[in-house]
Amino acid sequence: MISTIIRRLAHMILVMFGISMIVFLIFFATPGADPAARIAGRNASPETLEQVRASFGLDQPLPVQYGLMMHRLFVTRSLTSFVNRGMAVVPAVMEAAPVTLSLVFGAAILWVAGGIAIGITAAACRNTLIDRLLMILGLIGVSMPVFWLGEVMNLITQSRLHDTWLFAWVPALGYKSLSAQPWEWFKTMVIPWITLAVMYAGLYGRVLRANLVEAGQEDFIRTARAKGLSETRILLRHALRTSLISFVTMFGLDFGALVGGGALLTEVVFGLQGVGKLTYDALQSLDLPMIMATVIYASFFVVVSNAVVDILYAFIDPRVRGTGA
Amino acid sequence: MSHADILETTAGPADAALPVIRARGYWRTGLQQLLRDRVAMGAFLVLLLIVLGCVLAPVYASRVSGTNPFVSNLDGTITVGGQEQPVLEPSTEGLGLGVTPIGPTWQFGPYLLGADSQGRDVAARLLYGGCNSLLIAGSATLICLVLAGIVGIVGGFFGGFVDRVIALLLDVLWAFPIYLLAISLSIVLISKAITIGPISISAGSLWLPTVIIGVVYVPYVARPVRGRVLNLRRSEFVLAAVGLGIPSGRILWRDILPNVLSTLVVFAPLMLALNMMTEAALSFLSIGVQSPAASWGTIILDGVTLLYTRPLVAIAPGLAIVVTVLALNILGDGVRDALDPRSKVRIRNKK
Repeated sequence: MISTIIRRLAHMILVMFGISMIVFLIFFATPGADPAARIAGRNASPETLEQVRASFGLDQPLPVQYGLMMHRLFVTRSLTSFVNRGMAVVPAVMEAAPVTLSLVFGAAILWVAGGIAIGITAAACRNTLIDRLLMILGLIGVSMPVFWLGEVMNLITQSRLHDTWLFAWVPALGYKSLSAQPWEWFKTMVIPWITLAVMYAGLYGRVLRANLVEAGQEDFIRTARAKGLSETRILLRHALRTSLISFVTMFGLDFGALVGGGALLTEVVFGLQGVGKLTYDALQSLDLPMIMATVIYASFFVVVSNAVVDILYAFIDPRVRGTGA
Repeated sequence: MSHADILETTAGPADAALPVIRARGYWRTGLQQLLRDRVAMGAFLVLLLIVLGCVLAPVYASRVSGTNPFVSNLDGTITVGGQEQPVLEPSTEGLGLGVTPIGPTWQFGPYLLGADSQGRDVAARLLYGGCNSLLIAGSATLICLVLAGIVGIVGGFFGGFVDRVIALLLDVLWAFPIYLLAISLSIVLISKAITIGPISISAGSLWLPTVIIGVVYVPYVARPVRGRVLNLRRSEFVLAAVGLGIPSGRILWRDILPNVLSTLVVFAPLMLALNMMTEAALSFLSIGVQSPAASWGTIILDGVTLLYTRPLVAIAPGLAIVVTVLALNILGDGVRDALDPRSKVRIRNKK
């Protein structure tokens, strides 16, 4: 058991190391990428370029630069932005994280509830009109670009129907702190939550229905039916429990990816200063230290949620547990 | 597969005179199943119409809209219902800096869907943009499937150290948030011309987003392909071939590749849908297709500034994406049902 955990941890660190290397190489070793030129501006003279290189440490060999950056990011935590000099990147990420977390947490509650409701209803009404309708609605949800849906939501709630009773409560775009103004926070987040959740609710509903239908053919369901249990009880207590296994796996991966910057488009559309937006802004100005910090933060969430899913998997699925995973 | 092989080798050109009854092949069975699937065929028809419409974009621009959708038309006028109207109306609110372009005329002619902030015909741009969106999604899918096929087969078949490295690389890319990777690559590469050996890509070329999107999604396909090859490698017919001393190259070509091909084909429509969404997202963030070329994503971006005055500019390309991606997803379900034997069993049991 302990050796499994250690191996898992080593793998995680290896993957994160790989990711940081890729980011570093993308920005330093791709043809034409010259961070000093970006920092110095468009028409900088060669002397200025030299000065910039020396003052940012860009004249040192790549491995040294990489090592220095990692040291300042993890050990001394004093890594500062290339663009806004003196701005430390670790606090900036820490400041943006609550925004992303509150966006993704709220949306996750909505899409899990929505996905389970859609999946169970569709499976219970299998091959009826309701089932088909729910499935096609789910597919439409999956097929909508999230940024477009966000803009349409903005159009409806901020402009077209904003003066009616329906959406008069929606505040202007921007993030309000949860601790300072909890009610305002809730009101600003409702529309982004719905926008982000639509796609996942559709996806999860479809997957759950397929799993429930598949589980319906298992022997233990036939046994339950032969015992004379009610259909509701069979669906909710017997079929649902096995079907939720893949649901949990998907949730872990999607949640990790979203917290790690996948919610970027939603954040941009709704003007939320989360980690995704922070990364995007940093990317546009090629602010490598900031990008490094956010991407490592992001990959950390992805890798950790992968590992948690694996452990949870062994925990909730007796079949995996039995084989000594 | 193996039956077809045997028949093929016994029915050489020498005994072509003998009538050979060939088993209906895997692909033909799948195709027939797909053709019987009315929903999937409906989706295919929709896709065909969309492609046709986009291919006919130049015809639409010259015959119907009558304007060049890539040149701004800042002080033009247009006659609607007998009245002459400017294409761009200066804003009367606030500082009067913005403009309100003409709204949709809803007549089969110029400015059917209105104009964008530079007075360009939205309907014509929509068709041209669709061309680019489809082209990028299609080429990226091809790149992705070919690369993923090669990586997955090499890793799964040869195993050992090569496979270890490939698996780790796929893990790293997998854990890398896909949008961040695509965005990082786009931002670094988009504004520069690149020359790698004989291939040179000019700045702002459509090939850049295409290649980036294709490469970024390789792990999505390569991981299942690798798993499939690992399974095949242990299967009896491959072991038999190895035991017979058939060279690896031939085993790969005759036994592994045809079986992996079905996995790739099942992935194709779904990857097309995914690539289309990614292209739109990159273009929306202004790091995909570069102006003056258009794609559905860039038109949505153009429409955002006009969102509250002329919402159709942003809504129309979004609807186009939704319809196309929806049709691709439905078609993808049909293809999977037709080609994946496991899901076939599932369907038979269901009835």
